[in-house]
Amino acid sequence: MAGLAFDGIREPGGWVATGAAEARPVSVVRAATGSRAAGTVRFETVGKTYLSAAGAVRALDAIDLAIPAGTIFGIIGRSGAGKSSLLRTVNRLEEPTSGRVLVDGEPIGALDTAGLVTLRRRIGMIFQHFNLLSAKTVRQNVALPLAVAGVPKAEIGPRVDEVLRLVGLEDKAEAYPSRLSGGQKQRVGIARALVSRPEILLCDEATSALDPETTLSILSLLRDINRRLGITIVLITHEMSVIREICSDVVVLEQGRIAETGPVWRVFGSPEHPATRALLEPLTRDLPEDLAARLQPNPVPGGATVLRITCSGEAPDLSALTAAAGAPVRLLQAGIDRIQGRAVGRMLVAVAGADPDAENRLRALGTDIERIGHVAADD
Amino acid sequence: MSPQMIDRLWQAGLDTLVMVGASAGIAVLAGLPLALFLVTSGPGGIFPAPRANRVVGMLVNGFRAVPFIVLLVALIPFTRLVTGTTIGVWAAIVPLSVSATPFFARIAEVSLRDVDAGLIEAAQSIGCRRRHILAHVLLPEALPGIIGGLTITIVSMIGASAMAGAVGAGGLGDVAIRYGYQRFDTTVMMAVIAILIALVCVVQFAGDTAVRRLRTR
Ligand SMILES: Nc1ncnc2c1ncn2[C@@H]1O[C@H](COP(=O)(O)OP(=O)(O)O)[C@@H](O)[C@H]1O
Ligand SMILES: [Mg+2]
Repeated sequence: MAGLAFDGIREPGGWVATGAAEARPVSVVRAATGSRAAGTVRFETVGKTYLSAAGAVRALDAIDLAIPAGTIFGIIGRSGAGKSSLLRTVNRLEEPTSGRVLVDGEPIGALDTAGLVTLRRRIGMIFQHFNLLSAKTVRQNVALPLAVAGVPKAEIGPRVDEVLRLVGLEDKAEAYPSRLSGGQKQRVGIARALVSRPEILLCDEATSALDPETTLSILSLLRDINRRLGITIVLITHEMSVIREICSDVVVLEQGRIAETGPVWRVFGSPEHPATRALLEPLTRDLPEDLAARLQPNPVPGGATVLRITCSGEAPDLSALTAAAGAPVRLLQAGIDRIQGRAVGRMLVAVAGADPDAENRLRALGTDIERIGHVAADD
Repeated sequence: MSPQMIDRLWQAGLDTLVMVGASAGIAVLAGLPLALFLVTSGPGGIFPAPRANRVVGMLVNGFRAVPFIVLLVALIPFTRLVTGTTIGVWAAIVPLSVSATPFFARIAEVSLRDVDAGLIEAAQSIGCRRRHILAHVLLPEALPGIIGGLTITIVSMIGASAMAGAVGAGGLGDVAIRYGYQRFDTTVMMAVIAILIALVCVVQFAGDTAVRRLRTR
């Protein structure tokens, strides 16, 4: 019976734990028995191969990933990396061809039709193109999940009003979607996704069709929903700014595999995988071209050493840096950002001379530095 | 025109309305489920049954390939079986329906297929079962196209019903042949043509208006 305690029977006639529960790693059990068990997703060696006329496409390859309850988890990667395929296995819009997906510790692959319908009512989803029914009013669109679940009409009305208020569209209830702006349509999409009180919200490029201003308002709505309702949000985006804005954790996919995953401040602060670096390229200012042209591999008499200092967490202490360098330090370029309350970014500095000890003293401070070359004096 | 002739035209007009109306009703009742089957049973559909899909698709094509005038004659034994007679309004309804059903089914199929796959996915993601998808997504979203298709079907059925008149079905076509053509009564011929044009215009206008109303909400 130990397994039942954390799998939880959500409602009479709902789903129950299976025998497989006993075999689960301790860490999963602990995560699931925490204060808020509802809303975890776990991928276990999930693979997906599409068979098409052109041949087999391996969209996902042995994905192992745990999404804790209550987080805003970002999925990034180039187009075709497998982001949508991964997200869509969570509500089984896509069936994995290998491995399994667990929601709240429950493997969802074995669910029958009724079980699947119940699962989907616990998982909301919003889309890039909103996917609202044009023949129904806003109210009818938002009410649909409840109507098809057989909720009595008397309960549907107040609940629909409640979520429309939450997304700020109470005055548009009787409008048809064609009369709404993109941002309003996505708010209806969010209301429809939230109306059955899900634990998880899946967002597939939900802001990609919106202008920057509307994107920000939708993102702040999502963050608000996550804080107020404790819903786990899993979102796909190709906009790094979206991840930086609201995600706590991120996974980088590359050709169907996990390139790198972790808290956003760490992955964005010190990206390790080339795929992550490539995605962050537009955000990280690279070596300015004029400087790159004058950079030399060997020390220049009377010149300076150019160092790149990477900050991933701690805000750099400038006086400590100059003291450790023991020589004049010039700041050539810097871009420090704050993500999740941590300083993240990089600086280019020129330290007069070419003293290897200066570098060692800087490293001893715990700074992440990299010598990228030498320049002549007047640079 | 004599009062008898006006009476005859009036009766013939009513006969045509009955023939077309009843056949259109049957075409919708039979054609819409057929269209839904063709759309949902194909590969990747929500009720996949590829083999049955191919068979039904071929049957529909078969009926569509036979010209109405040939169908009219070829179906005589079947018509007798169903209605007990081969002349008159009710006997004409059989070949008219048989001809209009696959025609309408194909047109409705196109509209149903045009429904964005994203809408079906969204419906699945909120826990819709397949019957909910039929009732809340496929049919309502395709409705303007289906109404437009029904308009086309009815207009072409008005023409076909006149043809059926030529082989003893009654209606406006019958009057045109017997009085206008065989007795060289040009006035009757012109009157029939005018009535047919008016009928077609009314149907087209009603259909277009309904589609516009649905599309602009
Ligand atoms: N239904 C499908 N049939 C065949 N190939 C598909 C299908 N869906 C996705 N793919 C392929 O799988 C890969 C991953 O696609 P997807 O998950 O949509 O990537 P992303 O969302 O990261 O752009 C791509 O190469 C894509 O072409
Ligand atoms: Mg995608």
